Amino acid sequence: AGKSKVDDDVLDNLEEILVSSDVGVNTTLKIITRIEERVEKDKYLGTAELNKILREEIAGLLSETNSGEDTEFKIPENKKPYVIMVVGVNGAGKTTTIGKLAYQFKKQGLNVVLGAADTFRAAAIDQLQVWADRVDVPIVKQEMGSDPASVAFDALESGVSQNADVIIIDTAGRLHNKINLMNELTKVKRVMQKVVGDAPHDVLLVLDGSTGQNAFEQAKQFTAATEVTSLAVTKLDGTAKGGVVIGISDQFKIPVKYIGVGEGINDLQVFNKYEFVDSFFK
Amino acid sequence: MFNNLSEKLDKALHVLKGHGSITEVNVAETLKEVRRALLDADVNFKIAKDFTTRVKEKALGQDVLTALQPGQLMVKIVKDELTELMGGDAEGINLSGTPSIILMSGLQGSGKTTFSGKLANYLKTKKTKKPLLVACDVYRPAAIDQLHVVGGQINVDVFSDKGNSNPVAIAEAGIAFAKANGHNVVIIDTAGRLAVDEAMMNEISEIHKAIQPQETLFVVDSMTGQDAVNTAKAFNDVLNFDGVILTKLDGDTRGGAAISIKSVVDKPIKFIGTGEKMEAIDVFYPSRMADRILGM
Ligand SMILES: Nc1nc2c(ncn2[C@@H]2O[C@H](COP(=O)(O)OP(=O)(O)OP(=O)(O)O)[C@@H](O)[C@H]2O)c(=O)[nH]1
Ligand SMILES: Nc1nc2c(ncn2[C@@H]2O[C@H](COP(=O)(O)OP(=O)(O)OP(=O)(O)O)[C@@H](O)[C@H]2O)c(=O)[nH]1
Ligand SMILES: [K+]
Ligand SMILES: [Mg+2]
Ligand SMILES: [Mg+2]
Repeated sequence: AGKSKVDDDVLDNLEEILVSSDVGVNTTLKIITRIEERVEKDKYLGTAELNKILREEIAGLLSETNSGEDTEFKIPENKKPYVIMVVGVNGAGKTTTIGKLAYQFKKQGLNVVLGAADTFRAAAIDQLQVWADRVDVPIVKQEMGSDPASVAFDALESGVSQNADVIIIDTAGRLHNKINLMNELTKVKRVMQKVVGDAPHDVLLVLDGSTGQNAFEQAKQFTAATEVTSLAVTKLDGTAKGGVVIGISDQFKIPVKYIGVGEGINDLQVFNKYEFVDSFFK
Repeated sequence: MFNNLSEKLDKALHVLKGHGSITEVNVAETLKEVRRALLDADVNFKIAKDFTTRVKEKALGQDVLTALQPGQLMVKIVKDELTELMGGDAEGINLSGTPSIILMSGLQGSGKTTFSGKLANYLKTKKTKKPLLVACDVYRPAAIDQLHVVGGQINVDVFSDKGNSNPVAIAEAGIAFAKANGHNVVIIDTAGRLAVDEAMMNEISEIHKAIQPQETLFVVDSMTGQDAVNTAKAFNDVLNFDGVILTKLDGDTRGGAAISIKSVVDKPIKFIGTGEKMEAIDVFYPSRMADRILGM
């Protein structure tokens, strides 16, 4: 053929796939530019080679923060208790992810304690209680309407006295443009440090996998308020692809740790970037 | 991010002005900016494409390139087109039945339970109705408790049956309860479900057939991205719903999903959710939404 098979049609098609997976125009253009550069250099590209390059380039955007090889739910051994604070906008899947995560840690024989610091949403405490019962782990809670920082404080104290390995703190969903609510989150985090100096060890931002470009702003504002250290993407059992996390992970250098693939206790997986990228092309 | 859309369009078009060679190709260049703005606002890829094609025809018809401020004219054309696409005047809710039955549907976490409460409160305080909330989500942990808490906050009765795992039966019992107790509106809250979940889509179809609601509402999170079209279409195929509710518009999302949904199912967007509190409900205004999507 003497010339590259990667012509404009192929690139247009690629653009459609990426944008339709919520990757966003910026990140899509970044990926396409990289592909064009490789095509310039390597010439003679067939479809199979293109797919390989594409996979590499997209994975590359996730690479600095994701090894992509892990399959096990792990926590570092030198932190006890290991404190995870879970944050995110309304309805993203925080409480459900906490239930599933608690189940995974409990399965490994770890002592898990849950803290019900969403004291605002109707029946949020009952919801976490149902999960605690399902997984069979203790929960620390107060009345609806009480101070979330005080619940988090109690949960850490109780966790420490129970010799817990992992403490997971649920927080109320909040939109990232609500300054007071974001400040409240900063306070919850700070109060934890009165009990465990370097807590929380992980601030897990839960993103709804069907969210579009607004997820960028979510990542930005939650990071500003709480220094997010990892991401979970939920609801990927549907037709949404969750592509926006590629740009987020690239820009904020935050790894995607988990994906939610259902409402059941077992429906949480450790993020695999290659499978994730492949899902765009199915 | 795109407060400067009009500026950008001005700039793009200005370069072309006075060059004598005003062609469709030149206009296409500026339409790229429009398309980009729409995609950044989460308007569906294909819909954004069709949309810019239509805008192009209009723009050429209105001599955009000889206008004094081509960017502004372009934005006006885009805005008018968007507004029209999202429907005319705000449409109310059909309350004709005795009792009138309203069925909620949507994905997980979109805001159905909260909106059920808001709508009940709205109908009670603004339309002097006596609503009943019916708890048909038998799956989500504490979903029934949640609806009871919501009902308590607004002083509206809630019908539930914790021993029953059949949502169709609960819905029917709820309606019977409403008739016996003088409720003239029944709002049926249902579990969140994915459009690809066949069993769950069959379930809501069964509920729908059994109770024959006057209003079936599709509740959608305004932060939704490209998937909005798939989901809206799938729910509409099963339920032929009457209207759309856009929630969480108190955030800073552009909300391009509104355009996508409207284009795909052609059903009116009836209400918006603007907060977690029971008062945070508003009717939908297409022109405000167009401004928002364009970032103006
Ligand atoms: N299909 C599917 N549903 C999920 C997944 N994760 C959570 N959900 C559902 O999404 C809905 C919201 O989940 P929650 O865990 O209550 O979300 P949240 O972020 O705690 O919500 P708020 O506390 O109200 O902000 C529930 O119906 C969950 O069952 C997932 O991975 N897949
Ligand atoms: N900021 C804001 N939050 C909202 C709005 N509507 C609902 N929420 C919040 O979104 C979250 C999910 O709302 P729910 O009413 O539980 O959603 P749902 O669709 O019933 O969820 P499932 O039953 O799990 O499918 C809760 O935290 C609500 O408080 C809104 O308009 N603005
Ligand atoms: K998916
Ligand atoms: Mg929650
Ligand atoms: Mg609900």
